[in-house]
Amino acid sequence: MSAAHQSNPDRPHPDRWIKVLPEGLYVEPGGFYIDPVRPVERAVVTHGHSDHARPGNHNVLATPGTLAIMRQRMGAGVGGSLQALEYGEGLTIGGVRVRLVPAGHVLGSAQVVLEHAGSRVVVSGDYKRRLDRTCAPFEPVPCDVFVTEATFGLPVFRHPPDLGEVGKLLHSMALFPERSHVVGVYALGKCQRLITLLRAAGYDRPIWLHGALEPLCRLYSDWGVELGELRPATVAAKEDLKGALVLAPPAAVADRWARRLADPVVAVASGWMRVRQRARQRGVELPLVISDHADWDELCRTLEDVGAPEVWVTHGREEALVHYATSRGIRARALALIGFEDEDSEGISEKAGEGEAP
Amino acid sequence: MNRFAALIDALVFMPSRNGKIRLLVEHFATAPDPERGWALAALTGALSFREAKPAAVRELAATRVDPELLALSYDYVGDLAETVALIWPERPERANSLPPSLNEVVEGLQAAKRGQVMGLVESWLDTLDSSGRFALLKLITGALRIGVSARLAKTALAEWGKAARPEVSVDDVEEVWHGLTAPYTELFAWLEGRAEQPATGVGAGFRPMMLSHPLEEEDRAALDPAAYAAEWKWDGIRVQLVARGGERRLYSRTGDDVSGAFPDIVDHMSFDAVLDGELLVARDGVVAPFNDLQQRLNRKTVTAQMLRDGPAWVRLYDILFDGGEDLRGLSFVERRARLERWYEAVRPRRMDLSPLVPFGGWDELVAMREGARENGIEGLMLKRRDSAYLAGRPKGPWFKWKRGALTLDTVMMYAQRGHGKRSSYYSDYTFGVWRGEELVPVGKAYSGFTDAELIELDRWVRNHTTRRYGPVREVEAGLVLEVAFDSVHPSTRHKSGLAMRFPRVHRIRWDKPAQEADRLETLAAMVV
Repeated sequence: MSAAHQSNPDRPHPDRWIKVLPEGLYVEPGGFYIDPVRPVERAVVTHGHSDHARPGNHNVLATPGTLAIMRQRMGAGVGGSLQALEYGEGLTIGGVRVRLVPAGHVLGSAQVVLEHAGSRVVVSGDYKRRLDRTCAPFEPVPCDVFVTEATFGLPVFRHPPDLGEVGKLLHSMALFPERSHVVGVYALGKCQRLITLLRAAGYDRPIWLHGALEPLCRLYSDWGVELGELRPATVAAKEDLKGALVLAPPAAVADRWARRLADPVVAVASGWMRVRQRARQRGVELPLVISDHADWDELCRTLEDVGAPEVWVTHGREEALVHYATSRGIRARALALIGFEDEDSEGISEKAGEGEAP
Repeated sequence: MNRFAALIDALVFMPSRNGKIRLLVEHFATAPDPERGWALAALTGALSFREAKPAAVRELAATRVDPELLALSYDYVGDLAETVALIWPERPERANSLPPSLNEVVEGLQAAKRGQVMGLVESWLDTLDSSGRFALLKLITGALRIGVSARLAKTALAEWGKAARPEVSVDDVEEVWHGLTAPYTELFAWLEGRAEQPATGVGAGFRPMMLSHPLEEEDRAALDPAAYAAEWKWDGIRVQLVARGGERRLYSRTGDDVSGAFPDIVDHMSFDAVLDGELLVARDGVVAPFNDLQQRLNRKTVTAQMLRDGPAWVRLYDILFDGGEDLRGLSFVERRARLERWYEAVRPRRMDLSPLVPFGGWDELVAMREGARENGIEGLMLKRRDSAYLAGRPKGPWFKWKRGALTLDTVMMYAQRGHGKRSSYYSDYTFGVWRGEELVPVGKAYSGFTDAELIELDRWVRNHTTRRYGPVREVEAGLVLEVAFDSVHPSTRHKSGLAMRFPRVHRIRWDKPAQEADRLETLAAMVV
């Protein structure tokens, strides 16, 4: 692999065959889009979050885990034909070799490895590098072009160790045994990961769930992720929730739904909680810095690990990561893809479809 | 530093005002002297250290972090202390040195010689964790901005003092405050019942000012016009003039000392009194637009040219002390008589009396308020004839009744993220009006909408962005903002040649096509 694409007509630069179109990232010779934002003929989907997996595509290729999540969240609207591709297995689409490799983000999440005309391009989707018992760990794949996310692409974002954050929650529960603790978590990924972290820290009491979180917890259990005893909070008696631990979508914790709780301590588990002002504007009393995205150090380390001479940044705080990569002698540019979770959207409108209670 | 850092963190995350007061009360009750006093000084903005300025902190951080990454991070976080606290490289292993105590930090900084301060700060940053770094940087730069105002800290002090001194109110604390300096040991001793109340009303300290409420229609119906005196509300800044015991001070409404910026007033304060008035720029007795006064605000020093171009003037409203005599307990009518008598006797230069406006009844007053369009008048003040001069903003004795605002339909052109609590929202909008086929910016507004509207505006901006310049987004010409403003003046500093006074979003016209927004000629015709 070398960076001398331009001079070799047999080995066109990948920007000749991967395009940014209004629908999303388009792999031209294969005729498919990766995580398209509008319905298309052929889509490869990296993971089940609603800004990446959208309904209505005619053909969808994804890992079995991602397909299961999509089926459950979208029901009949999921699209035309669904094709499963296991991690590590290969498939050729219109002269492009496609492989899915674990991204460590949520259950089923994958990086898309593309090989065509002598070059290898890896599209990371969303990813993280730290231990997560709910999904397969990120696998670095050496490549010519690495297409990365940059949700936390600023050096102020350093996620502290997960168990320390869970410790803060358990400490607060010991301090205020009468108050219920309600933690805002995304329905897909964060919820189940937080539960496994709590179990790993020795918390074995039942955990109460907002109704919007239940289906995906069941799905995770069916896929062999141990979550311990879970109970529905929506129908629970107020008395039962005294001193209890309740998980709910971020939008619900500060809403009328939370009124059923006894003088709750409001916590949110998110990488954004690292910035005090962010936590504050959401009225969070107990910020927990737990994220399913790579923090700054993980992003930088990943650029080292894949060793790509060129990096494209899809979404997040692109400028800083592009600057960093360039300073390390890596060619880097921002793709400015639209439609993905925008810079601050966690603070404002929650990911579509994940916030609402049934 | 740990206890102080924990207090700062707890305050940052405490959403309710009462919760914050509880945290402060607990701190005053448990932290020893002088630590609690230094904490109080930090919270009330009374600590500042030469050299430890934001620019120096930024420079220091740039020696440890790529300056470009620092700049991008600062732009995102919106708070320098927090940015540097988060971005400061963690030491792989802690050195044997312990993090400093708050006393050590304050005393160390006070004793530091020129050029040593940032070296000390650097060594402390290396031993503190991110909460400690945040607290340290907030402390040394003197602007905490953590949602605790000086007033709230004083309220908590009074609350805590109630245990030993049930009669104490926040205004009593305010009254003694300006005679005290950090770490306030005599204040704590008084509130704990161990010492007498510190001296009040002496020296050139600030006295809490009396503020007014806006007059709502429903208030007016209940008011008896005969019980009130009326005067013009001048369009400058409220000030308190204190000349006592040979000292002279000019304070803003919040008690900030602005004497340095207005020698042309202070030079003429050769009397012994405490006065309340409006600071203006006036040429030959004619009040200039607020814009001219603005050129003279927020300056430590002034040039001869500024003094010549924008001569300051004070229009007097009230008298609080005549010599050592406290007049605040007298009624408005009695104080007014004292003020007039005092003015006749002293005749200070660059000052005059704000005239009372005689009126027969509401109808006459309404007509006067609407007719008042000349420079310098913002509306009317109504003051109850029998009201004493009370600290704070009591409801009833004083009302401000601003004249109706002007409005204009404008088009949103750019949006920028706010700061602090709003740092993730696009909350500052540049708007323009049509000149031919193009939009020209005519102003900027960041208020006048509800939190719910802010969320909608933010979403609209994100979905209609056409270009991005760092923190600024250019948006499609597709959203009409009806902007309210008090007046408009010619300006050479704006591309459109016009500057609005106090523009704010009046209504969001989701329904109105951008093409139907107003034209520049319409705005130009509103200039008086």
